[in-house]
Amino acid sequence: MSPNLFALLPEIVLTIAGVLVMVAEPLLPAQSSRKPLGWLAILGTALSAVAAFIQHRAVDAAGAPMMGFYRTIQIDNLSVFFHLLIASIVLVVLLASLDYFEGPVSHAGEYYALLCFGATGMMLMSCSVELLMVFIGLEISSISTYILAGFRKGQATASESALKYFLLGSFATAFTLYGIALAFGATGSTSIAVLATMLHSSNTPLIARLAVAMMLIGMGFKVSAAPFHVWTPDVYQGAPSPVVAMMSTAPKAAVYAVLLRLLFNGAPQLRGEWLVLIQFFAVLSMFIGNLGALLQKDVKRMLAYSSIAHAGYLLTAFASFQQDAVAAACFYTAAYASMNVGAFLVLTQLTGYNENLRTLNDYTGVARKRPLLSALLGFFLLSMIGIPFTAGFFAKFYAFSAALRGGFSWLVILGLLNSGFACFYYLRLLIALYSSPASEIAEPSSTRPSIAATLALAACALATVGLGIMPGRLLHLLQRSAPITLQEQPGNSASLQ
Amino acid sequence: MESINHWILTIILLTPLAGAILLSLLPERDGSKLHAVSALAITLLTFLFTLHLPSHYNYAASGFQFEQNVSWIASPSIRYHLGVDGLSVWLIVLAGILAPIGVLTSWNTIKSRSKLFYTLFLLQQVAMLGIFVALDLFLYYGFWELSLVPMALLIATFGRTENRRKAAIKFFLFAFIPSALLLVGMIWLYNRTGTFDLPVLTQLAAQHAISPSAHALWWCALAFLVAFAVKVPIFPLHGWLSDAVQEAPTAAVMVLAGKLGLYSILRFSFGIFPDQSHAIAPLLIALGAIGIVYGALLALVQTDLKKLAAFSTLSHVSFIVLGAFSFTVLSLNGSVYQILNESLIGAALFTLLGLLYERYGTYDMRDYGGLATKHPWMVTMFVIMSLAAAGLPLMNGFVGEFLILSGTMHSLVDHHILWCILGTTGVIFGAAYMLTMIQRIFYGSLGRRSTEVAGWDLTSREHLELWPLALLFLIMGVASPYWMKAIDTYATQTMHQPQKLFSSDTKQMETTTYSSSVPVKMPVAASEEVR
Repeated sequence: MSPNLFALLPEIVLTIAGVLVMVAEPLLPAQSSRKPLGWLAILGTALSAVAAFIQHRAVDAAGAPMMGFYRTIQIDNLSVFFHLLIASIVLVVLLASLDYFEGPVSHAGEYYALLCFGATGMMLMSCSVELLMVFIGLEISSISTYILAGFRKGQATASESALKYFLLGSFATAFTLYGIALAFGATGSTSIAVLATMLHSSNTPLIARLAVAMMLIGMGFKVSAAPFHVWTPDVYQGAPSPVVAMMSTAPKAAVYAVLLRLLFNGAPQLRGEWLVLIQFFAVLSMFIGNLGALLQKDVKRMLAYSSIAHAGYLLTAFASFQQDAVAAACFYTAAYASMNVGAFLVLTQLTGYNENLRTLNDYTGVARKRPLLSALLGFFLLSMIGIPFTAGFFAKFYAFSAALRGGFSWLVILGLLNSGFACFYYLRLLIALYSSPASEIAEPSSTRPSIAATLALAACALATVGLGIMPGRLLHLLQRSAPITLQEQPGNSASLQ
Repeated sequence: MESINHWILTIILLTPLAGAILLSLLPERDGSKLHAVSALAITLLTFLFTLHLPSHYNYAASGFQFEQNVSWIASPSIRYHLGVDGLSVWLIVLAGILAPIGVLTSWNTIKSRSKLFYTLFLLQQVAMLGIFVALDLFLYYGFWELSLVPMALLIATFGRTENRRKAAIKFFLFAFIPSALLLVGMIWLYNRTGTFDLPVLTQLAAQHAISPSAHALWWCALAFLVAFAVKVPIFPLHGWLSDAVQEAPTAAVMVLAGKLGLYSILRFSFGIFPDQSHAIAPLLIALGAIGIVYGALLALVQTDLKKLAAFSTLSHVSFIVLGAFSFTVLSLNGSVYQILNESLIGAALFTLLGLLYERYGTYDMRDYGGLATKHPWMVTMFVIMSLAAAGLPLMNGFVGEFLILSGTMHSLVDHHILWCILGTTGVIFGAAYMLTMIQRIFYGSLGRRSTEVAGWDLTSREHLELWPLALLFLIMGVASPYWMKAIDTYATQTMHQPQKLFSSDTKQMETTTYSSSVPVKMPVAASEEVR
């Protein structure tokens, strides 16, 4: 196989699967079940994960990252990690939504295809080392997600959600593009590697700093970091729960991959400048996320604010400029994905397509009717609080230790105090689940989860427990992948301790 | 036998955990006692296993026994390190015996959702046992946080009044936010030393090798102390106690306050930060003495029985704080012993109050009166319990309080004597509120509820949960050396750390002192060793 094709193998497999789903959709009779299309998409996602794994073996065997397409695509352990993570998220979401779209929706085929295309874009982002390639990936993933956000057609909130996401998202994308243009103007190239060498000179032009700042704004929007978070609650509230499960984790993971490459590989010389911005985003996200979540009555909005807060925790890891920062950030994305996807998939099961459970009051006493699902949701909430022996704990632990090693104790203390506030609203939901029902108006959906959905939920729960009990394995893998990303910067990474 | 000794702590941890999983799988039917019976069997089995520890404990040796130490996570270096020493050996047995008593007290009060209740109760026990046996700081922190969740859910789900959700969240926040600071301290320590292992850290601390910056070390020590102090609670951090005690079901109240926080102070604050603990001792002694009197005075004016019990708990744990921070072998012995006493007496008090509530449906003292003729057995139990709590000689409370107060008196006589005197007045107030309570409930004219409701005397199940406690009060009052021989190894070892000069001396003095319960003239030098 040509090295170019091999470098994009997972993306190619996913694209083929998506196109096949699109082609097969009109061939099926109008009233027939769309499940086979779902299975086709699942097969494609699984195959792309396998392809990513083959790449991992090849990279390990070669001992060096593989380049493709004129050095715009780089396959190393970091990109393999994000490929696998994105494939797993999409796989689990697909499994859980097989039954979600049975019945009320006749166009479910689009949904499966869009998930495949979205994942393609995200994977492309995570392996691009060239800014325009990043932009293409970003656009592919964003456009798919805009459509998915409004997938419950006919509902006002869904249209609001999609439109808001689209308008603000395009605005943010424009910022990113403007940043890329400025970077090209400053250095004459859009390659991250060239960026790093060009910025080596001592007098960095103002325009280059502006470029990095612009790109940070665009990326900050995508990971819903404050102050670019305003879209998050509305979009999460209106979008279907399985879609939220995907879009709150997978695109963010891809953007973090880009951020890691851009900041640590491309602009280490500007660390002094971007670090200020990152710290600002981190602190603001933690406070706005947690304080915002405290005020929410709607559960999905509350989880939206919680995801803003989690973006803040994750960004604290960037404060350290060492290998462990990369590993900590990657670990955080994986841990956050396992628990957040899990939580939203439980919501999917509890509320059904119509999402008749909305506020905290509606969730009161649900544990009596659906004990297992409630216990599972409770477990994911505990993981988000950061109770030990769950993924969320080690995620925060590694992120904060990285920051502490970087010498940012104040950031860590703010972060931990924030996780103290945060436990209030998670706990409020958890306790509501187990209280006596206050109102009998809202009934949780009574359909039993299908085998596929059960499998998806079990996978999330296992991942959350696994990362909580044996985080060492993944972390070891990540640390092995980190040096490739991170070039030694003796001047900057000088131990502050 | 060797392999049993090696695995016993893991077995003790796993039994309730496996029980909790088993219980969550058993089918639930309203009115069935299946879960209660299984929980009782599991807790009794766990208790049986905990008894293995004192019976095979090597009293001649100091340091940790029954150790299990394997690597768990490579980075950061976290070990599955369990072990028991003189401090924890009886606390584990205490946790073991409180659990079946807790199940028995919940027998009739938990009518619906018994599956959830007993599952959470067993998980709570796992966390508590884990706290007592974990020697890896990180593992310990895991159990520490884990202990909060089942407790918060127990309060929120099985609380008495409509206020329960608020009380549960208050409890959780009060414990969780300071423990976030504890985590910062832990990570900081790890970054300094590269280890979470307590024995290693203790050794480093003794060599002053943790950090050159005394300033940073101070902050770290404070983070630890505050997190523990909230959990104890030490005055003035007791804001959560009254609400949580009011709401929590009897079985949960028994393990709510006191031992976890106190044990953590004795183990971790004293172990890793000996110098800082000594330096801050005057403040803590003052807070302890104030807490004793403050708690007792508040208990004196309550009309709500649960509030009274909550403030009496505050008063009792303050005694232990006073003793622990006096840093004499005598007072440390007394403090550890008093942790056992306080927990057992508290268990008896809350059980008895629960029985009253079960019969009459109120905790308001003004509704009671003249019950002595109706319930002769119950009043007997109440009197035994309150005499133990008030520290009547021959009862266990006396031994603990006496050792604490005399130890405090000996330590640095010139500084602490006033606080010691203030604390001693707490004994008087303690007797006052306990006896007032009994007088108001059982004697005098018949109260409103006492006449309206028929009520009944103790049933055989209730006898079963109270007699072991009553007998223990008496046995622990007259045969304290049996417990002290283990506790003493911890106390003498802790006191050796700063200075090894008086080892043989204090040891000898100690053996004579506690067994006779008669104050022995203590060499002034031994009390000066603190500094």
